[in-house]
Amino acid sequence: MSILYAFLFSGFVCLIAEMIINHTKLTPGHVTSLFSLLGAVLAFFNVYNLFIKKCEMGAIVLISNFGNSLYESGLRGFNSNGFIGLFANMLEKSSLVLTSTIIFSFIFTCIFKPKD
Amino acid sequence: MNQIVYKDIVDKYKKKNKWLHNYLVSFISGGLIGAFSQIIYIVFIKFTNISSTNVKGIITLLLIGVTALLTALGIFDNLIKKFRSGLIIPTTGFAHSVTSSSIDFKKDGLITGLGSNFFHLAGSVILYSVVGSFILIILKVIISA
Repeated sequence: MSILYAFLFSGFVCLIAEMIINHTKLTPGHVTSLFSLLGAVLAFFNVYNLFIKKCEMGAIVLISNFGNSLYESGLRGFNSNGFIGLFANMLEKSSLVLTSTIIFSFIFTCIFKPKD
Repeated sequence: MNQIVYKDIVDKYKKKNKWLHNYLVSFISGGLIGAFSQIIYIVFIKFTNISSTNVKGIITLLLIGVTALLTALGIFDNLIKKFRSGLIIPTTGFAHSVTSSSIDFKKDGLITGLGSNFFHLAGSVILYSVVGSFILIILKVIISA
């Protein structure tokens, strides 16, 4: 059952993004920024947690989870350590995405040649 | 005259069909990424002792690694043309934008090319989500105080 929920949720979000790209002048670059920001807004209203609980990986693989994890770890840092904690812990949860993207991209860029 | 009208009608339907096709393709491909990750998640939880947070990390790592590899090989651009938003909105889109810009600017040198253009496209995602969540956290703190 959770597989179906994951399919429906991630599919539905991609469908909304495709509608935005097709019907407005926004490019995929705009839409990815918009959706990651939207993840933070949904986390602000405590909605994204519910999505993760219900759809599990369906909500985690999306770019919206980037905004959500930034918000969550930042807020947790603030609650435990005040203003310093907000600055120190903001990237805590999204560190995995950023670090792995940098490392993998760098390794594969060094190995392979650009294709024309 | 009739021919022009006919052509207009045909074009209208062609465009409509293309929209529908794009919608369907991005819904199914985006959904499949979520569903496959969920299947891998369930398998890992059932057959290994790895904690659920680590399994989530492993799957994200896997998605990013595969995307970076396929982008460097030049395969992923064609896939994105075919599956559209289904591959842009998941984390794969983020990894693809970083790898494609870094491999495009590789010829300009390690510092002025690859290094300075590494987050060429993904920079906006990082910038606006960090600034946005910072403002939202401040707002939340003010509201709850």
